[in-house]
Amino acid sequence: MKILVLISNVPDTTTKIRFVDDNKAFDTGGVQWIINPWDELALTRAVELKEAGEVEKITVANVGRSITEPTLRKALAVGADDAIRIDAEPKDAFYVASQLAQIAKDYDVIMVGIEASDYNGAAVGGMLAELINFNSVSSVSGMNIENGQLALTREIDGGQQKISIETPVVTIVQKGIAIDPRIPAMRGIMMARKKPLTVAPAIEAEERTAYVSFELPPSKAACTIVEEDNVKELVRLLQEEAKAL
Amino acid sequence: MNFEFTEEQLLIRQAAKDYAERELLQDVLERDAKAEFPARHIKNLAELGFMGMMVDPKYDGSGMDTVSYVLAMEELSKIDASTSVIISVNNSLVCYGLCKFGTEQQKEKYLKPLARGEHIGAFLLSEPEAGSDAMHQHTKAEDKGDHYLLNGTKNWITSANSASTYIVMAQTYPEKGYRGINAFLVEKNSPGITLGPHEDKMGMRSSDTHSVMFSDVKVPKENRIGEDGFGYKFAMKALEAGRIGIAAQALGIASGAFDRALAYSKERKAFGTEISNHQAIAFKLADMAVKIENARNLCLKAAWLKDNDKPFALASAMAKLYSADMAMEVTTEAVQIHGGYGYVKEYHVERLMREAKLTQIYEGTSEVQKIVVSRSLLRD
Amino acid sequence: MSILVYTENWEGKFKKLSFELVSYAKALADKLGTSVTALSIGNVSDEELKQLGNYGASKVLNVADSRFEALDNKALADAVANAAEAEGSQIIIFAHNNLGKALAPRVTVKLKGGMVSGVTALPESTEPFIVMKKVFTGKAFAGIQINAEVKVLTLAQNSFELIETDNNANIETFDAGIADDVFSTIVNETNKVTGKVLLTDAEIVVSGGRGLKGPENWGQLEELADILGAGLACSRPVSDEGWRGHEEHVGQTGKIIAPNLYFAFGISGAIQHLGGVSSSKVIVAVNKDAEAPIFEAADYGIVGDLFKVLPQLIEEIKAIKA
Repeated sequence: MKILVLISNVPDTTTKIRFVDDNKAFDTGGVQWIINPWDELALTRAVELKEAGEVEKITVANVGRSITEPTLRKALAVGADDAIRIDAEPKDAFYVASQLAQIAKDYDVIMVGIEASDYNGAAVGGMLAELINFNSVSSVSGMNIENGQLALTREIDGGQQKISIETPVVTIVQKGIAIDPRIPAMRGIMMARKKPLTVAPAIEAEERTAYVSFELPPSKAACTIVEEDNVKELVRLLQEEAKAL
Repeated sequence: MNFEFTEEQLLIRQAAKDYAERELLQDVLERDAKAEFPARHIKNLAELGFMGMMVDPKYDGSGMDTVSYVLAMEELSKIDASTSVIISVNNSLVCYGLCKFGTEQQKEKYLKPLARGEHIGAFLLSEPEAGSDAMHQHTKAEDKGDHYLLNGTKNWITSANSASTYIVMAQTYPEKGYRGINAFLVEKNSPGITLGPHEDKMGMRSSDTHSVMFSDVKVPKENRIGEDGFGYKFAMKALEAGRIGIAAQALGIASGAFDRALAYSKERKAFGTEISNHQAIAFKLADMAVKIENARNLCLKAAWLKDNDKPFALASAMAKLYSADMAMEVTTEAVQIHGGYGYVKEYHVERLMREAKLTQIYEGTSEVQKIVVSRSLLRD
Repeated sequence: MSILVYTENWEGKFKKLSFELVSYAKALADKLGTSVTALSIGNVSDEELKQLGNYGASKVLNVADSRFEALDNKALADAVANAAEAEGSQIIIFAHNNLGKALAPRVTVKLKGGMVSGVTALPESTEPFIVMKKVFTGKAFAGIQINAEVKVLTLAQNSFELIETDNNANIETFDAGIADDVFSTIVNETNKVTGKVLLTDAEIVVSGGRGLKGPENWGQLEELADILGAGLACSRPVSDEGWRGHEEHVGQTGKIIAPNLYFAFGISGAIQHLGGVSSSKVIVAVNKDAEAPIFEAADYGIVGDLFKVLPQLIEEIKAIKA
């Protein structure tokens, strides 16, 4: 089986969020970039399946400018066999999905995290599936390959299901797909330099959405502190002031 | 002059940082309290390739440069200096010594499992009567023709219990003084080796430290490292490289303490504002940052010289001297900045301060480093 | 031209979030001078479907087709798109939940539209069409303009009030027009976590952290949750230690919830935990450490011993419920 893992390049979780250009753009100055955590878990699962002998090849792909290459190399160090960067700004989900559609059809399984931790779009996986006419399964929290068949665990409200589906398919994955993201071993880091990282040009495609403004949330009012022996007062506040009880 | 790291060096640093933050941090306080060996972590770090970082892949190592090693040591030591000392001894004393001076057979037999981390290495030089004064070895290695016979005691040995492979320095020709010392590969489970009790240490408590007694221990002739009488020179050469590891360890201990003090000072309020807004604290942080930056530059320079096959003994001595001394200063200030919280185990900085102290003592005390530096200056 | 709302059902019943969507759609429809059509797929009684009218739907398209039970993404998306085309809908609304996230992107592409997920309010403007959502995992808000004729939105939970109206919904059977061979998802097994209140549905959530000291101390939290009809949650260290099941873990890497009221007992309030609960309307924190970051996020707090507070809280709540 050949797996394609879609990778988003996102700011690390400790980055201070700031906006520039009259609050129309995210300030990328000094940002440390990392693999989107859910994509990283997807990649980890793909590598585990490859180590178990079930997967022949893992490709990672990203739509972005050259700043995303260190992230792609990390994916190679973790265990992907090759990487493709489509040279374009990932400004809109439909645009990104259209770029990926150029290269995605050759794979049996396309894995992508449910959303990216920066813009939380939760769109590219499903859009790509529709563009290339693959079926899709979302909220996937487990993936196994049994006798060449895909066996998935899908989260539903209030529980889980065990699903089978024929490839080719897009699996949109979330927490549970792998327990911890794989830390690249030294030998993986060494081998990464020899693995191919191809840069493909962007194609013409529509951008159907645009970010027009950003704002930071209003600062929270101070916490009302109640005495330990005056729980009655807390309940009163919750009932009368907060109207939560 | 390029002060930037390569993508690979950054990946290595990140891997060490990720392992330290996700795994080592989980049980570091518990292991310090119980003086428990980090068995699971050594196994994981071995699988990641951290036990033979600079060993050639043909001997099952990771083939990385010393700069990468310094970066990894710093990140691991920010969180767990006990684990990092086990790694440092394995990498830059034992593996390095074998890489540079071992025979093919010795490398095949001993270096490979050490590089893979299947075996842990220990370096036995110090004795009850000979620490800094390493020239005067009392442990004897009698030449018996087809083997050597080891008798004597070594103390303060890191990983004495967990190691499988020892490198032991011992006196074969007392009349030749230090030129009669040899270095030997000794298997820990050889008959005649007994260990003293586990030392109850001030810091780095998760690393196992014991004295080791040799009573008529037979060592095969082919286990001698280098020419007859090369042992002292071998130990000194190994320590030159080992110092870089310890300097990086001290750097990590200091920068770990600094990061915590910085974060704390931005949260803690006193006299109406965060304490970082008070110049007394801000100036402390500035001083600490300058010292850490200096130490880092010394460590990286020494690593760079070694990677480029240039003489690095002076640089590594300077790095170790400065890094260890400043780590003691920085960790003490970090505790101070934390006030009362700095005195309790939960906040880590008191542990870092206890750990910093040892870096001024082992692998050549700060005083010995000053001898190395001053002699180098005054020689010309 | 109506606004199409995908109202998901669970074993033939709607939940509060289905009605939230309809209320939202109605408010938007009123602004645009159009109406709301709800699409229901599954085995739902007429009586239940009529409820959608109470929140503003004037028409309900009922697809009573058991083939959709396996929740095959392609088949469902095709069905929604077909309904949207039949209605001439230019705005399609889903919930920002498992199924909504699965279907919205596919439907968007099928209808050549633009999509925004996790929308938090009615559009700021309709010409141009701009909606707000949270970005950077809740750390900021963004205004996004959709530049396509068809607009697909997923609505974040608990962001819109229910507005009851006096509406009579017209229920129509709708043939989704999906061929058998489109359905390719096979469900082999379903495991439901029964009995407890579903965390993502709960209006009130009672949560415990390491301050509880051990799994044996959860009894009082369970009692409090029981009296309040609340869901039970926990912080990551608690589920990592195995004190509570993983399904209770709320946080950035666990479940993201948005209840009306969130109680945090013995939880320090690490950023990752707050990332999962910051959308709660009201947060109450009980922790013995006055410096704990949870107090920065909480609306009400007690700095004290949670083992002393819990029994008192249970008594006080019993009293007001009586």
